[in-house]
Amino acid sequence: MADSNMADRESTFKNALLSSDTDAAGKALDEYLADKTVLEFVEEVVVKVLDEIGDGWQKGEYALSQVYMSGRICEDLLEKVLPDESGLRKDKPKIALALLNDYHALGKRIVYAVLRAGGYQLIDYGRVESEELVRKVKEDKIEILLISVLMLSSALNIKEIVKSLSHAENKVNIVVGGAPFRLDRKLWQEVRADAVGYTATDALHIVRTLEGDNSND
Amino acid sequence: MTKSKMTSLQRVLTTLGHKEPDRVPLFLLLTMHGAKELGMGIKEYFSKAENVVEGQVRLLNKYGHDCYFGFFYAPTEIQAWGGEVVFYDNGPANSGEPFINNIDQIKTLEPPVIADTPVLQEVLKTIRILHEKAAGEVPVLGVALSPFSVPVMQLGFEAYLDLIYNEPKLFDRLMAANEHFCVEWANAQLAAGAAAICYFDPVSSPTIIPRDLYLKTGFQVARRTIAKIKGPTATHMASGRCLPIIDDLAQTGTGAVGVSADEDLGILKQACRDKLTVIGNLNGLEMIHFSREETDRNVKNAIDAAAAGGGFILADNHGEIPCQVPDEVLLAISDAVRTHGNYPQ
Repeated sequence: MADSNMADRESTFKNALLSSDTDAAGKALDEYLADKTVLEFVEEVVVKVLDEIGDGWQKGEYALSQVYMSGRICEDLLEKVLPDESGLRKDKPKIALALLNDYHALGKRIVYAVLRAGGYQLIDYGRVESEELVRKVKEDKIEILLISVLMLSSALNIKEIVKSLSHAENKVNIVVGGAPFRLDRKLWQEVRADAVGYTATDALHIVRTLEGDNSND
Repeated sequence: MTKSKMTSLQRVLTTLGHKEPDRVPLFLLLTMHGAKELGMGIKEYFSKAENVVEGQVRLLNKYGHDCYFGFFYAPTEIQAWGGEVVFYDNGPANSGEPFINNIDQIKTLEPPVIADTPVLQEVLKTIRILHEKAAGEVPVLGVALSPFSVPVMQLGFEAYLDLIYNEPKLFDRLMAANEHFCVEWANAQLAAGAAAICYFDPVSSPTIIPRDLYLKTGFQVARRTIAKIKGPTATHMASGRCLPIIDDLAQTGTGAVGVSADEDLGILKQACRDKLTVIGNLNGLEMIHFSREETDRNVKNAIDAAAAGGGFILADNHGEIPCQVPDEVLLAISDAVRTHGNYPQ
């Protein structure tokens, strides 16, 4: 595919996501799959475009609702062409996602959609309290735990979770995200997380990095 | 009246009129710190108007800022609608499980009656007593959650975005119910003695929805609602950005805007000049770790960027200062305003 044609298709797909036009996004996917694989579509288009939209949100160019709808549309499109048992989602680390204390699940939902769109299987613990989360992570032998929070008080609770999980059988990498971490860029270090994500695709890149680190162990 | 003899109310009214008062007004929007002053847990503190009154009086005496804040916690309104509120020892109360768990409930949703809602009566009682104590010298601020933003707690954020995008009729029905309540609630606070209503509307921020969608939704809701509120309003974005919609906000009839720490205060001031008073934008979360020097520098920078010509009130960026912010930082902010905020600049 010529570069200019590729760029046009990316732009068409991105605009479809930003305007929440599911049909146009689906059409763009179909055109891709005429001469590309699903894996190539994920790597070359989905991650790139979601990255751009997430970065654009950080810069104030796009809105959270567009980030959310883009993730949802990508997730839905890929669910249709990428069954759970496909090769793309095998041999991945055990990942779980949780909303700590709060009831506002939007950030977690967006991260879930983007990680699924990026080819990962993950367990969604939903809304949990600290003790329950520690217990589940240990039981499930989770390797990468993503924690989303809305409130500062919830963010501060992560410090205790990190401490409790330091005694787990396997190393648990803890990735945090949510408004308090975006507004205070040092907070993730204060709660002793392994990494912080400011956008959903940050989470995807962090998971990929951790996956690489773990496979080298 | 000379500038040096201005009361807090005169200072605030002068700046709202886009003129320079004696010094930059300071709104320390403190809620949970009142509980700390009284040595109480947060839930106990907010269970009685008398506690909040005493807390607000002590805080004003301690920090010398320019308002009483009649606000308890965001989900007081959710309590009124019949929803759950969850209290924490180290943070603001939050709404619990959304009480609208099926969007069909919206079809029959009826707004709560203020007179029948104990927590709202406690808020009104607080405002009444603070108004008496203020004796016309200190403005008492009331708060009403925007009809467009409160559904985040009524339905949950995800379900609400789905409603906005996919269910226009139910969205309109929900807005009608919420607008009715918001107008009643804001006017009840004004009648109790609030000088102005802080109209919290973070969902309208371009951080949350794009401007074209805002113009069809939150903008229309704000225009209809603010027109029926019988007193001044300040729209607060609760940390969300607002620069791309400043002119739209001015058209909603609001008189001021609470702005984000993510945007340049000087550029915001230029965009708002003579249209909207700027309220902000010290980063409330970073404030927890401010040294005295950082506090002084941040206050000075904000004043340098936005104070000229009036139309500016120094405050935090979110509309509520975290309880983890130490007293020393609050005292340092108050000192810095008195050092750097005197007019003429």
